[in-house]
Amino acid sequence: MAENNRAVIRLKEKFASSIIDIVEFRGEVTVTVKKDSILDVLLFLKQSLQYNLLTDVTAVDYLGKKEERFMMVYQLYSIPNKDRLRIKTPVTETDCNVPSATQVWGTANWLEREVFDLFGITFDKHPDLRRILMTDDWVGHPLRKDYPLQGPDREPYKGRLS
Amino acid sequence: MGVDNPLGENIITTSLDKLVNWSRKSSIWPMTFGLACCAIEMMATGASHNDLDRFGIIFRASPRQSDCIIIAGTVTKKMLPVIKTVYEQMPEPKWVVAMGACACSGGVFDTYSVVQGIDEALPVDVYIPGCPPRPEALLFGLMKLQDKIWNDKNSFGSAIGLGTRIDGATA
Repeated sequence: MAENNRAVIRLKEKFASSIIDIVEFRGEVTVTVKKDSILDVLLFLKQSLQYNLLTDVTAVDYLGKKEERFMMVYQLYSIPNKDRLRIKTPVTETDCNVPSATQVWGTANWLEREVFDLFGITFDKHPDLRRILMTDDWVGHPLRKDYPLQGPDREPYKGRLS
Repeated sequence: MGVDNPLGENIITTSLDKLVNWSRKSSIWPMTFGLACCAIEMMATGASHNDLDRFGIIFRASPRQSDCIIIAGTVTKKMLPVIKTVYEQMPEPKWVVAMGACACSGGVFDTYSVVQGIDEALPVDVYIPGCPPRPEALLFGLMKLQDKIWNDKNSFGSAIGLGTRIDGATA
């Protein structure tokens, strides 16, 4: 169970007030923390719990489904312990800004650029926050749920028989 | 058979247009340019089993030496300026083959990042459907292009600066 996970035990000791939720599903442990303490949590996980590999950074758009629109997701892996951990943090649409994890893992640089490009979430103290997939002159952030699938310059598809 | 070859056995007569058309259709040099899975099928067509070389179709690694571009795959909006540049670098006369559903119409990628058919940007001569088209389909399409080149009018005149070439399909 998630309660016995070594990282969860240590996180509960140190960041009891910042943890929003702890879930285990099919052996995958997910810890949701408050945005204010995300950088401290990530730094602690890397320095004290040997989560030395950041496999992925991504985001989810919960438009109309949750009060806080976005959820940042960090997928961590500990090479010495062969152990995975997922850290999530909610981000509101009005304050669409997260501290950059580039200070903890260099890998976060391009991964956060991708999140910025496709979701429009900005990262504090990111060394090079530019678009990475879309062209530099692109308008909008395509993976947001309110972005039209066929692009803003086309009539949206309404079904084959319409 | 006297009137058929009045100049002897070793001389044939033809129109200059047909001579130019024949040499053009017998040496279509496509640009080596692939975009997606269609490019794999295009390579298969070029390889020994189907052997494009027997039609004089030899892939060239430079647009300056090519007179045909096979748009083999999905054209994204990010790739479009690159394709346009390559096309503009090719000398006249030049032909465009849209290979596969994506190059013809965008295919299954009815989405913000994909150009809905390369004919939005380039003048396409032959459309080859399929996802991806089999090598036989690409061969058939290229033979259709050969037919089209063969029917060009005023191809010699336009080459020496007299008038314009009339496209085989409209002539």
